Amino acid sequence: MLQITTTHQPASDLGYLLHKNPHAIHRKEMAYGEAILVYPEVSAERCTAAILLNVDTVGLARRRGGMRWSDYVNERPYVASSFVSSAIKEMFATAMSGRSKERQDLADTEIPFVIELAAVKVRGGEEFARNLFEPLGYGVECTPIPLDETFTDWATGPYMKLRLTTTKRLLDVLNHLYVLIPVLDDDKHYFVGKDEVEKLLRRGEGWLAGHPLREQITRRYLDHQRTLTRVALAQLTEQDGEVDPDAAEEQRQEAREKDARAASLHDLRLQAAADVILARGAKTVLDLGCGEGRLIALLLKHVQITQMVGVDVALQSLEKIKRRLRWDQLPEKLKEKLTLVHGSVTYRDAAWQGFDAAALVEVIEHLDEERLPSLEKVVFREAQPRLVVVTTPNQEYNALFPSLPADTMRHDDHRFEWTRTQFTAWCERVATDYGYTVVIEPVGPVDETHGAPSQMGVFTR
Amino acid sequence: MIIKIPSMSLALLIGASGSGKSTFARTHFLPTEVVSSDTCRALVSDDENNQAASSDAFELLHTLVGLRLKRGLLTVVDATNVQAAARKNLLQLAAKYHVMPVAIVFDLPEDVAQARNKLRADRDFGPHVIRNQTRDLKSAIRALRKEGFRYHTVLKSEDEVNSATIERSKLWTDKREETGPFDIIGDVHGCLDELRALLAELGYTEAEGVYQAPQGRKAIFVGDLVDRGPDSPGVLRLVKAMVEADQALCVPGNHDVKLVRKLKGGDFPPKHGLAETLEQLSKCDPEEVAGFTKFIDGLISHYVLDDGKLVVAHAGMSEAFQGRPSASVREFALYGETTGEIDEFGLPVRVKWAEEYRGDATVVYGHTPMVEAEWLNKTVCIDTGCVFGGKLTALRYPERELVSVPAARVYSEPIRPLADPQTLTSQQIADDLLDVQDVRGRQHIRTENFGTIVIPEEQAAAAFEVMGRFAADPRWLVYLPPTMSPSETSSLPDFLEHPLDALDYYAGHGITEIVAEEKHMGSRAVVIVGRDEEAIFRRFAISGWLGIVLTRTGRPFFDDRATEQVLLQRFSEALAKSGFWERHEAGWAVFDCELMPWSAKAQGLLRSQYAPVGATSRASLGAQVEILRKLAGRLDTPETQELLASTEHRLDAAQRYTDAYRRYCWPIQSVDDFRLAPFQILAVEGKALHGEPHLWHMQEIARACEHDPILVATKHRAVRTDDPADREALADWWLSHTESGGEGLVIKGPTVLTRGNKHLVQPALKSRGREYLRIIYGPDYLEPENLRRLKKRGLGTKRALAMREYVLGLEALRRFLAGEPLRRVHQCTFGVLALESEPVDPRL
Repeated sequence: MLQITTTHQPASDLGYLLHKNPHAIHRKEMAYGEAILVYPEVSAERCTAAILLNVDTVGLARRRGGMRWSDYVNERPYVASSFVSSAIKEMFATAMSGRSKERQDLADTEIPFVIELAAVKVRGGEEFARNLFEPLGYGVECTPIPLDETFTDWATGPYMKLRLTTTKRLLDVLNHLYVLIPVLDDDKHYFVGKDEVEKLLRRGEGWLAGHPLREQITRRYLDHQRTLTRVALAQLTEQDGEVDPDAAEEQRQEAREKDARAASLHDLRLQAAADVILARGAKTVLDLGCGEGRLIALLLKHVQITQMVGVDVALQSLEKIKRRLRWDQLPEKLKEKLTLVHGSVTYRDAAWQGFDAAALVEVIEHLDEERLPSLEKVVFREAQPRLVVVTTPNQEYNALFPSLPADTMRHDDHRFEWTRTQFTAWCERVATDYGYTVVIEPVGPVDETHGAPSQMGVFTR
Repeated sequence: MIIKIPSMSLALLIGASGSGKSTFARTHFLPTEVVSSDTCRALVSDDENNQAASSDAFELLHTLVGLRLKRGLLTVVDATNVQAAARKNLLQLAAKYHVMPVAIVFDLPEDVAQARNKLRADRDFGPHVIRNQTRDLKSAIRALRKEGFRYHTVLKSEDEVNSATIERSKLWTDKREETGPFDIIGDVHGCLDELRALLAELGYTEAEGVYQAPQGRKAIFVGDLVDRGPDSPGVLRLVKAMVEADQALCVPGNHDVKLVRKLKGGDFPPKHGLAETLEQLSKCDPEEVAGFTKFIDGLISHYVLDDGKLVVAHAGMSEAFQGRPSASVREFALYGETTGEIDEFGLPVRVKWAEEYRGDATVVYGHTPMVEAEWLNKTVCIDTGCVFGGKLTALRYPERELVSVPAARVYSEPIRPLADPQTLTSQQIADDLLDVQDVRGRQHIRTENFGTIVIPEEQAAAAFEVMGRFAADPRWLVYLPPTMSPSETSSLPDFLEHPLDALDYYAGHGITEIVAEEKHMGSRAVVIVGRDEEAIFRRFAISGWLGIVLTRTGRPFFDDRATEQVLLQRFSEALAKSGFWERHEAGWAVFDCELMPWSAKAQGLLRSQYAPVGATSRASLGAQVEILRKLAGRLDTPETQELLASTEHRLDAAQRYTDAYRRYCWPIQSVDDFRLAPFQILAVEGKALHGEPHLWHMQEIARACEHDPILVATKHRAVRTDDPADREALADWWLSHTESGGEGLVIKGPTVLTRGNKHLVQPALKSRGREYLRIIYGPDYLEPENLRRLKKRGLGTKRALAMREYVLGLEALRRFLAGEPLRRVHQCTFGVLALESEPVDPRL
């Protein structure tokens, strides 16, 4: 739902600017239902045009053949989203091109506007909304919408009423809204096609290139597609009444990518593990929980390494690794060295025996503590590599992450984060139980009080 | 001429090209039993005479032969096989798979073969080829015996070839036609008194000096009749007489075989009790001793019995060796598999074949003295060290019942002390890890009573990821609940679902008595609860827990274990107060439950999905109503009024939607705020309960619910499908229940497992209330245009899925209660989870 109000007098000229008669109700059939344009207020002092949407959720869900509950019951019909953008385009095509048969002068003039969106979802909150519109010269007013006023502990969520004030040409206002409304929201768009890129470039002409958030706008506008396995996984997690942790994770990625420190920390951990493996002369390496394959990328090219097995429980990760390594273009020699296996550190796999080294880089904290004994048996009792490198976050160091609230873990899927004492105790117990010796090392810059951000146990046998 | 070949063997046809091998093979064997080099050439090159393709053709031939032998199938190789090198490869395959190699030689005059090849246009190789083959054949005939062909036949003329017949002889180990029941008796070692006592205990009676089995039964001795004990000759005498009178079978033990070797003049010191046996035998009639020797010599290494379901061998038998005739199979049967190392007592280190055992057949064996006979992966060792002062044990088969008599005294000191009784069973120790091979890839799960369920690979992969990342310790996963289908879509104008459609489903399957239960709106929970932690440890081998609450996908329900354990403590105590544990003589039980409030588990979904719909729909539609009211002030047309009315209507629907989900949410401050509604007892220690009526389950559960307010008994009523008054009452109850905020009703057959007039019927159907369904289908679903389209829904996939999951769940419980290995239970629960990833309309 969108309202555009002007107080430029005579305000009723808004009808000429929008090319839509204020004394009629304008209805348009849209792919998703119906868009209705009405003028609830028309006077010389003040004129408001409002776009109301009547989204056919049943029809949409049927067409998409969605297999998730959220395809059927979601807030999409009620929050201003790409639906509003397409309604803007449909209703105001002429105005968006800057033409006006009756009032061309006015169309070329900057006049005052108030834009009201009764409900928007803003990922990134008020701050993001401000960063999006203020650089373009809008006043931004956000009023949060509580998730449920009867359950105050549910907090607010990303929903708000948005009020924008500006003085601009109508053409600019409409193009800004067209591009930025879907960007505010950044949820699953219904219509993302190849021509979206072209549309974005056209509507963003003259202002997008200079916008400080242009990259984020582009990425959010061009929403990504989910793979089939992801959908299946999401279905299973949803049944438990839980939010798919990966989906939540995806949403955080942006924030984390900004955090250069976190990125470099992960590199440090990988480098530390790789260094140990190379220094100990390991030739055959098991990368248990290989994720996106960054350790593989570090090690595979070394002549010393003759065989690597990357194991991950997420099939999707293995697909990503192939993309990351540009599998199709990889030299035969490297391809022969690498095997990617769908596996889990809680299930024994006879194929893991006889390796020189195994790496568990940021893996253990993704298992419930109760499941660790299985991991111990699978790795230390059954596979028995000569060298095992285990890294995990040092919980004490969390105090030094300013953006991390207290009692919060670094990642949504972390089941625990250990202090240095806890990790040491675990390492020593495992070493004793399975006949290894262990040395524990900090990874990353060491703080006097809190230690290093990560910790590494190097087990040898 | 009759050519005898063992039914499990590798038969080589040997002869020059054109000597009639292929015709012979076609005449006497199934087409699938014959692997021909010509056919393999054709398969790899489209030309059966393409000699250039021979290398690849033989690679294929060897692969085919290997696979067939691995599966124990008679295999005939139709190739010239005249060269030693060709035969050597095949002999190696026969040895690898422990089958007998057999040769049938076509030693025909060279001119016969030459003449036949001339007649065939496609055989254009010169006469020298046949000549060379014939020459090679002559030396082959001389070499066969030395190469290891114990059975070979040479056919010397066309007449002989034409008149020969094949007779397949059964292997001596093959007693599949003997179906028992059996009494399988462990290592006796000369303990005659104890053997007599045990036989008496088993109901055997002595008549004319021979023990007679009770009606229809038969004894089987696992060997080691002699050595160490007080009367080895007496035991030999008794067993020999029973075997000869067809009252018993006997397999040899290593001690028995060694005795015979000594009696035949073997030059080795008589250790391990052999000296005593020799001493005892010296007092016997030499003729009788000769008889003993002959008896032991004639014993077969092991037996495959009861249609392949039972294997008896002295020291056990791994799956690949069962029923196979070879020297190494015999070695295994006598001594078990050893690593070649010796332990600190100087005894051979044994390979733990039983721990790795995955075969379908039950293996009963002795050889290794244990304190108690114990099952491990469908194998059981019944040597309970009688001669060392333990006891003599028999296993009744198929009852799986153990019968023992104690040793009168210690006859011999064990070299290695008998293992202390363990806190955990061998099975529990072996079950501490699962292997990826049990869950990776496409799965075929054979259920005992309901056929085979196939899990496609991609669904197994999805389940694997979820199991690997989220599941509780697999030892807890003894059951996962099936999905539940709604009743048929209602034909009533304002309803999507109605309980009379569920009733009609059961009536249509010939069922007259059904049960309707209120459907709780929380989260599904499978609850394992113990009388105390010790009882849980004894069965689940997990210490320090009183049980667990699992979600429907096998995750721990609670992140906070302390809360969970307090909840379980209260449940356990309520069960105790109701006399549940005593009544069922059980230490633990598994319940199917609903745990409320919904918001306890679904908080994430509520906040990310349900509440946002309510909040934004009310905000957005509220604003729209306001706009339209303003519009009506300046443009009061019928169209405006109609738009305003429909928008107000939608705003009302948004409010009702919000009210609907709010009913199932309340804050949790302590355990007191939870409500647990158990609605079915899945199992109690020792018995499955799916045969019991639902009304019985309800009653049992209600008794416990009286003792704690956090436990909720489920309102229910019995309904006759053919009684109009019952139908009406059901419809009324459903309506009043759902109008006052209830989710709906679940309609079930009379018992958990119900058969209709043809098949199993759905375990339950749900009929959900009109208001509740707003949460599922959206605030506006009752709009006529929406409802019209929503009614076009198919239930077939959902029902098929529900049925498969249900059958797998029951199979998981059956296997668990039967004490089967964890991997076998896990396979079923894993299967349920995998099936759940199948795309179905989630609103059903």
